[in-house]
Amino acid sequence: MFSNILIYFVIIPLLMLAGFALCRNDKQIRAVAVIGSTILIAMSVWLLVDYLALRQAGETAEMLFTGSWEWFGPLNICLAVGVDGVSIAMILLSSIIVFAGSFASWKIDDARHFFMWLLLLSTGVFGFFISIDLFTMFMFYEVALIPMYLLIGVWGTGRKEYSAMKLTLMLMGGSAFLMLSLIGIYYHSAPEGGQLTWNILEIAKNDAISQGWQYFLFPMCFVGFGVLGAMFPFHTWSPDGHACAPTAVSMLHAGVLMKLGGYGCFRVAMYLMPQAANDLAWIFLILTGISVVYGAFSACVQTDLKYINAYSSVSHCGMVLFAILMINTTAMTGAIMQMLSHGLMTALFFALIGMIYGRTHTRDIRLMGGLMKIMPFLGVGYVIAGMASLGLPGLSGFVAEMTIFVGSFEAGMKDFLAGAGSLRLVFTVIACASIVITAVYILRVVGKLLFGPVQDEHHLQLTDATWWERLSVITLVVSVAAIGCFPNFFESLIKFTFSPELFRAIGL
Amino acid sequence: MDYSQFLAMRQEIGVLLVFLLVFLYDTFMPKKALNATAGFTAILFSIFTVASFVWGNVGTVDAFAGMYSTSPVCSMIKNILNVGVVIVLIQSVRWTNGDMMVVRRGEFYELLLVTLFGMYLMISARHFLLFVIGLESASLPLAAMVAMDKNRYESHEAAIKYILTAVFSSAIFMMGLSFVYGLAGSLYFEDIALQLGSQVDTLLVVALAFVIAGVGFKLSLVPFHLWTADVYQGAPTSVTSYLSVISKGAAAFAFLVILVQAFGQFYSAAWEWMLYALIILTITVGNLFAIRQKNMKRFLAFSSISQAGYIMLGVVGCNEMGLAAMMYYILVYIFSNLAAFGVIGAIENQTGKVDMTDYNGLSKTNPWLACAMMLAMFSLAGIPPFAGFFSKFFIFTSAINQGSIAIYVLVLIALINTIASLYYYLLVVKAMYISPEEPQIATFRSALSERLGLWICVGGVIALGIVSFFYDAILEATANSPMFAFIG
Repeated sequence: MFSNILIYFVIIPLLMLAGFALCRNDKQIRAVAVIGSTILIAMSVWLLVDYLALRQAGETAEMLFTGSWEWFGPLNICLAVGVDGVSIAMILLSSIIVFAGSFASWKIDDARHFFMWLLLLSTGVFGFFISIDLFTMFMFYEVALIPMYLLIGVWGTGRKEYSAMKLTLMLMGGSAFLMLSLIGIYYHSAPEGGQLTWNILEIAKNDAISQGWQYFLFPMCFVGFGVLGAMFPFHTWSPDGHACAPTAVSMLHAGVLMKLGGYGCFRVAMYLMPQAANDLAWIFLILTGISVVYGAFSACVQTDLKYINAYSSVSHCGMVLFAILMINTTAMTGAIMQMLSHGLMTALFFALIGMIYGRTHTRDIRLMGGLMKIMPFLGVGYVIAGMASLGLPGLSGFVAEMTIFVGSFEAGMKDFLAGAGSLRLVFTVIACASIVITAVYILRVVGKLLFGPVQDEHHLQLTDATWWERLSVITLVVSVAAIGCFPNFFESLIKFTFSPELFRAIGL
Repeated sequence: MDYSQFLAMRQEIGVLLVFLLVFLYDTFMPKKALNATAGFTAILFSIFTVASFVWGNVGTVDAFAGMYSTSPVCSMIKNILNVGVVIVLIQSVRWTNGDMMVVRRGEFYELLLVTLFGMYLMISARHFLLFVIGLESASLPLAAMVAMDKNRYESHEAAIKYILTAVFSSAIFMMGLSFVYGLAGSLYFEDIALQLGSQVDTLLVVALAFVIAGVGFKLSLVPFHLWTADVYQGAPTSVTSYLSVISKGAAAFAFLVILVQAFGQFYSAAWEWMLYALIILTITVGNLFAIRQKNMKRFLAFSSISQAGYIMLGVVGCNEMGLAAMMYYILVYIFSNLAAFGVIGAIENQTGKVDMTDYNGLSKTNPWLACAMMLAMFSLAGIPPFAGFFSKFFIFTSAINQGSIAIYVLVLIALINTIASLYYYLLVVKAMYISPEEPQIATFRSALSERLGLWICVGGVIALGIVSFFYDAILEATANSPMFAFIG
C-alpha cells in the first residue's frame, strides 16, 4: 500500500494536520504549511513527469499507478486508486492552489485551526481525485465539503452564518442524490450473478447498467455533482458562499472544489452511463447553457468584487459542464483545460480581491478607484487575471474557451447534419455570446477599480503587496501563463483519457 | 429437566450475577465504602462485558423447549448493548455521587441492570410469553429510574408519562397477541409462522398493527412517539442517555426478530407498507420537530426519534446484510449519542444549564467539550470520516438491496431528511463555534469519569468507521442466520 505514490497525497495533508496540532506558535504553523504544500507540489510534478514517461514508453492502460486494497470486504468496498491525465492535471491544480492559499492566509487569526480545517478540506480533494472506487470517492467528496461550514462560519465576513449554512445544505443536498445514484450504480455494476463492484474501471468494463436504470440514475448523479459545479438552478450557494469566505477558502473552493463537480460529472456520470448521457444531454445542455449566460449577465450588475467573481465562476464552471455534454474529444479536452484555467484564474482573482479588501476594507467597486497607482503590483495582477478571464491569447482562458467552442460547434454541426436537431448548435452560439459579456464585466471592473480618479483619499496611504502576497500571486500568474503558452503539453497529458469506453454509446 | 440448558443463557446469568453482587455490596458494605458503588459497578460490568465477548457466544442453541434461543447474532447484539452500558455507567458516576443521589445510587444501578436483563430476554425470546416478561421488566423499572431526581418536578412528570404510555402500549401489544393466539393457536414465533400459512386475514392485519404499535411505543416510532420528548427532558441525563440508546437498540433488534421470525411470510403482503409509512413518518416528523427545539435534551429526543427511523431501514432489506447494517448502526449510534449526552451531562452537572443558547461560544471556554460535541453531531449527521457516515451508507445500501423502485423513493426521502437533520446538528455547532455572543459557560474541568466516558465515545466515533474490523465482526455474526427463512 505504501509503495504507491498516490496514497501520499492523502497522507501528507493528514501529517500536516497532525503537525499543526503540535505547533506552538504561528511561525511554526506557517513553516509546516509551506513545507507541506511545497512537498505536495513537488510530488505532483514528479507524478506528472513519471506519468508522461510511462506514456512515452508505450503504456496504454487507462489508469496508471493503480492499486486496490480491500476495506469493507463483504461489500467489496476497496480503497482503490489510480490516475490518468485528467486526474493528474487536477492534482497539480490542487497542490498549486493549496500552496498559493497558504501564502495568501499568512496573517490569518487563529491560524492553527484555520489551517487544520483547510488541510482537512485538501485531504478530501486529493483523495477524491486519486480514488477510482465510488465509495471512497464519495467519502472524500463529503470530507471536502464539511470543513467549508466552519471555515466560512468562523473566519468569514459579512452574512457568514447564513452563507455557510446555505452552502453546506445545498451541497449536502446534492450529495444526497449522489449517494442514492452511486448505490444504484453499485447494484447494477455487474451482469446478473456477477460480483458487484464499486470500482469505476470494472463497472465501465462490465457495462451492465441497463438503459432504463441509466435513465433513472444518470440525472441524479449529474445533478448531484452539478450542484457543486454550480449548475443553474442550483448555483445560488456559490455567490453567497464565495463572498463570505476568507481569501484562501474562496481560492480553494472556487479553484478546486467546484472542479470536483465537473470532474465527477465527467468521471462518474458520463463515463459509467454513456447511453443516458447521450440521450439526456439536452436537458442539462439547456441548464448549463443558462448558467453560462446567466452567470455572465449577473456578474455585469454586481458591485461587490467577490460577487462579480463568484458569478463569473458560475459562468465559467457552467462552460465546463456544457463542454462535457458535447461528448466529443475536442470539447471535452476544452472542458478539462477550462477546469485548469478557471481554477488558477479564479484563485488568482480571489487572492487579489482578498489582498485589496485587506487594505481598503471594502469590496464595493463604487467606493474604490485609481488603485493602479497606489498598489501597482496587485493592479497588474488583477489585469492579468482579467485578461485570462476574458480570453486573451497567451493566457489560459483563450486556449480553453477556444477549444470548447470549436468542439461544441463540431458536435453541433454533426447533430445538425445528421438531422438530430439543432439544439447543440443553437446553444453553442448562445454560449459564445458569454465571451462578449465577460469582456464587459471584466473591463468595467478594471476601469473602475484600477484606473480613474482615487475615490477615497485614505486609500493613498495604502501599501503594495508584501512578499508572501507577491509569492502567492506570482505562482498563480506563472501557471496561468504556462497553460496559455504551452497548450499542447496539456493536451497531450489528457488525450489518453478519452478512451473508447467513454464514447461507447455514440459509437465513436 | 436438562439443567445444562441454563448454560445457553450465560449472558443473562452474567447480568444477574453482576446485579446480585451490586445488590449485596450496596446492602452490606459499610457506609464509607458506598462511595465506591459507582466505580465498583462500572468495573464489575466492564469485566462482565469482556467476559461476555470472550465466552458469551455459544453458537445457535434453542433452550427451554424453544422458548429461548441464542445465536451468534443475539450474543453480538447483547455485547454491543453491554459496551453502551459500560459507557453509561462511567458517565453516570459523577451524578450518582452527587448529594441528591447519595442515598439511592445503589438503586439506580440495580434497576439499570434489571432492565438490561429484561432487554436480553426480549432479544432472545422466541415465545411471546417470555417476550412480554422481558418487555415488562425492561419498561417498569425504567419508570423508577426516570423519577430518580426526586426533588425535580419534571422528573416526576416524566416518570408518570413514561409509565402510563408503557402500560398502555403493553396493553395494546397483548391485545394484538391475543388475536395472534386466536389465529395460530400458539405463541411460539415458529409455530405462528407455520400455522398462519400465507393467507392474509383482516384480523391478522389488525393483530400486526397492534403488535407493531406496542413495540413502536418502546422504539418511539411516529405516531407512537408523543411521550419521548417530555420523558427525555425530565429524566436525569444519565437515564435519558440509557433510554435513548440501550433501550432503543434492544427494542429495534427485538422488533426485527418478531417481524421476521413470526410474521416473515407476510412481509410483502401485510407489513412492508406499514413499515415504509412508519419509517417515512418517523424520520420526517422527528427531524421537523427537532429543528425548533431549544432545550438540548428535547433536541436530542427528536433527533433520536428520527435516528430510530434510520435504524428501521435495516428491517426493510429483510436479509442478513440489513441485519448487520442495523446492528452496526446501533453500535455507532450508541457511541455518537452517548458522546453528545456525555457533554450535556458534564455541563449540566457543572452549571445546570441545558439550553442551546447556553452553548454559545463554548469553543472559547471549553474547547475539548465543544470538540467532542461537534464530532458527535457530525457523526449523527453522517459526515465522513466519522462512524455515522459509514453506518448510514451501509444501512441505505442494505435497504436498496431489495431492489424495487419504491425502495429507491423511500431511501431518497430518508436521504433528503439527512439534509434537514444536518441543519439542526449544525445549529449546535454554530452555537458553539460561530455565534458571536459572549460565552455563557465559564471554563471548567470536568470530572475524570466524564472525561473517560467522552474519550471512549470520541475514540469510537473516529475508529468504528475507518477500521473495518467492527463491521466485519458484526457481519460474520449475522452470516447464515436462520432468521430469514420465512420471508415472503
